[in-house]
Amino acid sequence: MSKIASPSVTTETAQFWAKANEGQLTVPQCKSCGKFHWYPRAYCPFCDSDKVELRPAKGTGKIYSYSVARRGKDSYVIAYVTLDEGVTMMTNIVNADNAKLAIGQGVRVTLVESENGQRVPMFEPA
Amino acid sequence: MTIKNRAFIVGAYEHPTRHAPDKSLVQLHAEVAIGAIADAGLSKKDIDAYYFAGDASGLSTMSMVDYLNLKVRHVDSTETGGTSYLIHVNHAAQAIAAGKCNAALITLAGRPRSEGSSGAVPRAVGDASPEAQWEAPYSATTVNLYALCAQRHMYEFGTTPEQLAWVKVAASHHAQYNPNAMLKNVVTVEEVLGSPMVASPLHRLDCCVVSDGGGAIIVARPEIAASLKRPKVAVLGAGEAIKGQNGGEIDLMNSGAAVAGPAAFAEAGVKPSDIKYASIYDSFTITVVMQLEDLGFCKKGEGGRFVADGNLISGTGKLPFNTDGGGLCSNHPSNRGGMTKIIEAVRQLRGEAHPAVQVKNCNLALAQGTGGRLGSRHGSATLIMERQ
Repeated sequence: MSKIASPSVTTETAQFWAKANEGQLTVPQCKSCGKFHWYPRAYCPFCDSDKVELRPAKGTGKIYSYSVARRGKDSYVIAYVTLDEGVTMMTNIVNADNAKLAIGQGVRVTLVESENGQRVPMFEPA
Repeated sequence: MTIKNRAFIVGAYEHPTRHAPDKSLVQLHAEVAIGAIADAGLSKKDIDAYYFAGDASGLSTMSMVDYLNLKVRHVDSTETGGTSYLIHVNHAAQAIAAGKCNAALITLAGRPRSEGSSGAVPRAVGDASPEAQWEAPYSATTVNLYALCAQRHMYEFGTTPEQLAWVKVAASHHAQYNPNAMLKNVVTVEEVLGSPMVASPLHRLDCCVVSDGGGAIIVARPEIAASLKRPKVAVLGAGEAIKGQNGGEIDLMNSGAAVAGPAAFAEAGVKPSDIKYASIYDSFTITVVMQLEDLGFCKKGEGGRFVADGNLISGTGKLPFNTDGGGLCSNHPSNRGGMTKIIEAVRQLRGEAHPAVQVKNCNLALAQGTGGRLGSRHGSATLIMERQ
């Protein structure tokens, strides 16, 4: 896989990305309504509370959908993965035999360095 | 307030070019504006409203009004990707019904073919967009975000690559009669499946063309429509929606058309089986399948079977669609297909489509758009029009 674009980290999301650099995927959970959401933001998208906490994710989930896409001579896998916490996030599947990927397949997180060194959550077969 | 019968599409013009390296973007806008005004039989001084989506970064509605030298009392710069122009018709009809303007000009132009822009490469999303940091690292592109829907549709409903290919095959049957179509050759299911895989399960021929060009529409008060010599095309109903990721509760199997469609049908007072011709946004073959389901032309999950075996081909199929060849074969200027969807529906209602694809007694047509990315966030709009 070729270069991975680095995320444009903002003050709103700095804590998430710092945790990712420590090797920990986190998922935002609202303390008011209790629901997890994705992607991380300062307010709960369901109840509008600002009492949102980043919780350590179990780091496992299932492929909701995927596509093997071409990039020049390379191919890469874009996917949605539904985490065990219940939210579905966009990601890449790496370290996999792309011909054997399947919707519903179990995957686990791996934090991969992007261009500027910031680690981003990707998933590999569990 | 309803827009039903309160506004008419009186002018429509599609630029014949598909490759315009020697023209500026605003020049194309001017050419389609002049074309639509002439088609209507109006003059520029009759135009008192202008609708413009952000189809070029840094180009403002103010710049466009100034460049075209329009004198307007109503403007709208709603930007929902390729579906913007359908929403513009809805908003123009609302403004006309409210007495805010008499005749609204809507223009689209773009030069992605000359500029090397397509749906297969990541497009720069401003850092201010909240989703950018959650998607850019994964090389999300237009085509792979639609591919995610196609893959899931196959998993949930058993839709096949062959069924998707039929959408392209039907479009190509129509494009052979359009002298301006970018791809005029009739293709087979086997040829679609044999074309290179761009983002599985979508092949190159599951994807629309990348073309330069543009189009324009004029929406006007009933009194103006009655004074003109063109066949009368009334706006009966419209609906619109934005669908995104729902805070992480993602459901790729329903598009915004599930909201926009029923709203438009309710306002128009008609049902899917009444529609004689449908322009269905065809950025990719899967886009057509999902919209047909969400609009109620078939049940959810049955879109693949619905489009198979030529069912969308004019003259033989049950639902003639995109008789100009659509985005898949004819034109997708500015990487946006909503404008040409409206224009071909207007041609059908006026009886001015190519005789080989003209639907007989075409008095009721629908135009449906999905702009942005079906697999992440998109704008959807439905427009129902009647010849009167």
